[in-house]
This record gives sequence, C-alpha cells and structure tokens, in this order.
Amino acid sequence: MGSLLEVRSLVTQFVTRGGVVRAVDDVSWDVAEGETVALVGESGCGKSVSALSIMRLVAGPAGRIVGGEILFKGRDLLGLSEEEMRHVRGREIAMIFQEPMTSLNPVLSIGRQLTEGLETHLGMGREPARRRAVELLGLVGIPDPERRLAQYPHQFSGGMRQRMMIAMALACDPALILADEPTTALDVTIQAQILELMKDLSRRLGAAMLIITHNLGVVARYADRVNVMYAGKIVERGTAREIYATPRHPYTLGLLRSVPRLDEPERARLAPIDGQPPDLTRLPPGCAFAPRCAFRVERCAAEVPPLVPVAGDGHVSACWEAARLAGVAGR
Amino acid sequence: MAIERATERLGELDGAPARPWVDAARDFVRRRPLGAVGAAVVLLMLVVALLANLLTPYNPVAVDFAAMLAPPSASHWLGTDAFGRDVLARLIYGSRTALFVGFGAAFFGATVGAVLGVGSAYFGGRVDLYVQRVMDVFLSFPLIILALAIVAILGNNLPNLITAITIPMIPRCALVIRASALSIREMPYIDAARAAGFGHGRIILRHMLPNVMAPYLILLTAFLGQAILLEASLSFLGLGVQEPTAAWGLMLRGAAVEFAEAAPWMAIFPGLAISLAVFAFNLFGDSLRDALDPRLRTQ
Repeated sequence: MGSLLEVRSLVTQFVTRGGVVRAVDDVSWDVAEGETVALVGESGCGKSVSALSIMRLVAGPAGRIVGGEILFKGRDLLGLSEEEMRHVRGREIAMIFQEPMTSLNPVLSIGRQLTEGLETHLGMGREPARRRAVELLGLVGIPDPERRLAQYPHQFSGGMRQRMMIAMALACDPALILADEPTTALDVTIQAQILELMKDLSRRLGAAMLIITHNLGVVARYADRVNVMYAGKIVERGTAREIYATPRHPYTLGLLRSVPRLDEPERARLAPIDGQPPDLTRLPPGCAFAPRCAFRVERCAAEVPPLVPVAGDGHVSACWEAARLAGVAGR
Repeated sequence: MAIERATERLGELDGAPARPWVDAARDFVRRRPLGAVGAAVVLLMLVVALLANLLTPYNPVAVDFAAMLAPPSASHWLGTDAFGRDVLARLIYGSRTALFVGFGAAFFGATVGAVLGVGSAYFGGRVDLYVQRVMDVFLSFPLIILALAIVAILGNNLPNLITAITIPMIPRCALVIRASALSIREMPYIDAARAAGFGHGRIILRHMLPNVMAPYLILLTAFLGQAILLEASLSFLGLGVQEPTAAWGLMLRGAAVEFAEAAPWMAIFPGLAISLAVFAFNLFGDSLRDALDPRLRTQ
C-alpha cells in the first residue's frame, strides 16, 4: 500500500514570551491508504499541533511551520496556496474535533451544517445536498434523520453531536480523517460506540484515519500502527500489537503500566510515570524523557537518541537502552 | 392540578413550541410591560406611516391661505401652520420621513458596523488594529457634528441624509459587535469551519454574524431612536429634509419659531411626536436588551 500522507521532518514552533516552543520537533511519520494510525502522548506533547499543521491551521502569528514537508497524495501541502489548501480541507482531509459540545455552531441547523460542505466543495444543489445529508445522518446511526435535519445542536446529546461531527467529516468522502481526541469528552459507553462507528465507516468508505489520543485502550483496539510522541518528538513507532507486547521505549512502557487492567489482581497498584512533562522552551540537551526515566544511563543526559529499528515490521524506538527493554514484559 | 401543570411543562419541553414567535411575544409583554408599551407605540407609528393617506383627508403640502395659523378645531384637530397646512396631516406624513430615514440609517449603520466588527475580530492582528484605529478616528467626533460635516460635503437630499446618519453609527456598532465576536472567534466551531475548508467571507457572514444577532438587534433598535432624533435635528438646522416635504424637525423651524406664542400648536405637536418616537424606540430597545442578554450569557 502506498503512502497517502507522509510527514517529513516537520517542525512547528510557537513564539512566546518565555521563548520558542518547539511543539513539533523534526517529526516524520506516514499514513498508508485506508490505514488507521494513532498518535499517542500526554497533553502538550505536540499531537494536536501535528494535526493542525497538516491542515495548515496552526494559529498565527505566534505559531509557524518552520520546516519539513507534508506530502499528501504526493503533493507538498506546505507549498500550496491558501486557495488550493481550502479545497483540500474538508474535501480531501476532514477533521473531527475534541469538543462535540462546542464544535457545532449553535445558531445553524443540523441540516445547514451538513449541507454547507456539500454545496461549497462538491457544488451540489440544495435538494441533492439535503438527500445526502439525510443519508449521512442515517449512516452515523441517528434515528429519524429527516426530522433531525431541522433541529439545532442544543437538541442533540453529546454522543449524537459527535455522530453529527463524523457525518460532517464524511460528507465529501475524504481520503483522510484526522480525529483529534474524538471521544475524550464523551462518557465511556458512548466512547466505545463512537469508535466502533468510526472504525466501521472508515473501513467501509476506504478512508484512512489518524486518531490522536492519550487513551491507550483506544489505540489497542482501533489502530493499525502507533506513533508515540513525547515533547514534540516521536519516541517509538510500531504496529499496535508490537507496541503493546514489546514496547522498546521507557515512556511507552510507562504509559502502558499506568493503565488499569481487568485481568490484574484487584490490589495491584498502578505505576504512574514520575515527574512532569518537560518545559518545551528549555529542553535538556539529551533525551527529553531522561529526567523521568527509570532506565536512564549517563549517555541519556548528553546525546539525543535517534529513532532506530529495534525489531521487524518497522518497529523503531528512540532510546539508547532499547535493547535492555527487550527483556521487560509489556502488556 | 400539580399533575396537569407538570404534564403541561413536559409538553413544553418536548421539542420546540408550535409557534415560537407568538410565545416569545406573549412572554415579552408579560415580563416587560414598559417595553411592550414602547413596542406598541412603534407599531402604531408604522401603521400610521403606512396608512397615512387613509388617515387624513388633507394633503400635507397643500397651502390653504384661508386657514392660516388656525388653532386646533374640529376641522383641523391640531391646527394649521403659517401656510395653512394641516399640522396633523404633516405629522402623519412626517412619520414616513422619520421612519424611512430612521430605518434606513439604523439598518445600514448597524449592518455595515456588524460586518466590520465581526471581520475585525475574525482576522485579528494587524487588520483588527487598523480597522479599530480608523473607527477611533470616527468615534472622536460627536454624532451630530460628523453627520453635519457629511451633509455639508455631500449636499442635502434624502439618500445623502441617510448616508450622513449611517456613517457615524458604523463605528459605534463595530465596537460593540467586535467585542462579542472576539469570544465567538475562539469557539471550536469556527476552527471547525476553517478545517472544513470554508472561505473567510463565508465564515464571517454565515457562521459568525448569526451568533451576534442579539447585540445586533439591540443596537438596531437603539440606533432607530437616535437616527430619528438626528434626522429631526439636521432638518431643524436646515441641513436635512427640505421644504415642502413633511418632516418633524422641519415643522419646528422657521414660522414655528416666529409664531411660537401666537400659534404654539405648530411647535408643540411635532416636538411631542419626536420625543414620543425616540422614547418608544429606546424603551423597546432597552427591554429587548434585557430579554436577550441572559441568553447571551448562558450561550
């Protein structure tokens, strides 16, 4: 399968009074056609900024993409004009936002919000767009779609709004869907429903998906491949199975160990990662995770470890001690 | 009884009411009687202006030298002026001028101001800075001085009069609308609209403007009163509507001053009409603000 999206050495910075924040720091990854890729990490590690960079919606003038390439279907998105980029957004790459409660415009009807993209991107007439909107609402499992079209977002529950967001994202049949924490604001039972729906629809419609999340449970079930991000860099990448079974970076291991499990004895303690994520304006010269790392050696504080292959299947890790971790059981 | 009331409440909760406008209007009358009085006077003015030719047998510009300076009587309810023109007829037809100029100026002023305010908030940064500084320049002049200057430059006919009243209103509206648009700019649904690939114009007009409808409506009603007053003032100063057109400000001028003691009805009634109209619009506008504001905050 060819690469649909290829991010190469992307650098996105924010200029603040405290200094330059390298939110995304020389990061490369890719998404193959029809594949579901996860971007995992804690808050502030650069996951969302990565997605916004792809859409070229990093809030200026403070935020800027300073380097790298974002190849989508072979074209560099960073080289496109604003006008060309507008045809990519929503039409070829759609985005699902984190907050279903505030991501829909409260004064526009559901029907209007669904048909607007169809009318502007696909040049559909009013009536065909309306029919497609009914079809889309049905597709995402909203009952009685005809009646729902005339309603407003406040008449929808959180889960329904997220379904509506998915319907909006799917409207123009995009090749790639960026889902930024799509289920974080929802309650757990609804989370599962929404994720199943997204997985099912992306498979049926052949759309590739990038799921941005801090929830490893989500990753395990729905992603084909996983990129683990820490302090603006990718520290480990591999298939979801590999990452779970044989993590080769202490940060990934830490994340896995801090998730509660049903098959452990009730009294087992969770092992949180000590310390705080680093200040992105003042990163240590070596590995950014070193201060919090239990496997730290002298070299970690001085040299940034490169991302190197640690096993087959494209499993890479940025850790000097990756070999030592091979013996440590993951999950 | 309690159960009945509860089921009634349930009925209300189940979807939107069948006639939301009628319900909203009834609610407004019950909670804000003063505002309702204002609204009633405004409505009355509208009806009078529309049906002017049915309400009075007199032609407002027809001169009748046989009935010059006649006091109020059965044939001329509010008397006549120095040219024998019926004061009531001129008042009634004058409401057309007042409402036409008032609505025209208030509508254009509030709308252009709203678009500028929302655009300024949406683009932010340098655009916002420049637009706001230009607005500040206009704001530094009092309403009437600016309007006077514009009429003096453009010359006085009706479209120019409306332009002259519109222009000083634009920055006043832009300022208020920008403030509420700034918070809307930060809402995720605006980012979502950008991510959906919509253009700037569409986002400003279709996604942000409807969200500032409440302050827009409040400003519109407030501007209506101001615009009517401004039109009367300019006409009074001789820079607004010209004779022989019926206009309230015009009726206060010229002969009305000369005969103020001999024929006070010439000045009293148009003066009352201006005060009542402005008062009614302001009452209505204030109540509208109170009615719309809590919703604004909870959004």
